[in-house]
Amino acid sequence: MQIALQLKQRTLIVSLTGELDHHGAEQIRSMIERAITERDVKNLIFDFSDLSFMDSSGIGMIIGRYKLIHSLGGGVALVCTSPQMKKLVTMSGLGRLISVCQSVEQALTKVKGA
Amino acid sequence: MDNQMKLEFLSKSSNESFARATVSAFVSQLDPTLEELADIKTAVSEAVTNAIVHGYQNPDGIVCILCETNGQNVRIEIRDEGRGIPDISLAMQPLYTGSPETERSGMGFTVMEAFMDSVSVESAPKKGTKVILTKKIGNASC
Repeated sequence: MQIALQLKQRTLIVSLTGELDHHGAEQIRSMIERAITERDVKNLIFDFSDLSFMDSSGIGMIIGRYKLIHSLGGGVALVCTSPQMKKLVTMSGLGRLISVCQSVEQALTKVKGA
Repeated sequence: MDNQMKLEFLSKSSNESFARATVSAFVSQLDPTLEELADIKTAVSEAVTNAIVHGYQNPDGIVCILCETNGQNVRIEIRDEGRGIPDISLAMQPLYTGSPETERSGMGFTVMEAFMDSVSVESAPKKGTKVILTKKIGNASC
């Protein structure tokens, strides 16, 4: 799994390619928390448009980061286009907590309005 | 039984991807749709993660996967010799997690039940756990 972090104003965009499972979730968690600590991050966008697989470990990781960002007064959005991942997101009820978007541009609009 | 595959690996989280890929490759012989393959891959990932995270909680155990096909039917057994589940019905409740101090979503069994045709669990404290997943693969059109 490849991880890329980009800061746009105060929104951290986490882009993943490859597969996100329990093993990968551990790696991302510490990277994101370090970025939030070291940079002026208010909002968080997970860009999973190039992710080929995710299981419920990814859901747990997103919820954990949502709790942190929410406590800081920020917004979280997920960019997700895969039917399989959308099925998982719907099943988890994650869409009730965060915005699920078709593009990073749409996600940026959503989190800035949070 | 038409075909069978057995896989054993250490309970390291880095083996989760390898386990999914191996089962996917074996099941591909039945010509599943992309959705069916993704369903199986996700369910297997959940069961293997459970064995690693809850069954053993260390990288020294052995996880065993037995996969059988019979016509278009797939049966996948994921077994560990770890600490076992004291209350299976509680463990299978949506959002319940045996590791509340971590970021486990508690959705593993819910995902397995949603994505497979059947899920059965055999387990007892200190006696390990066996999860059996079944799915019938539809015929893809050429």
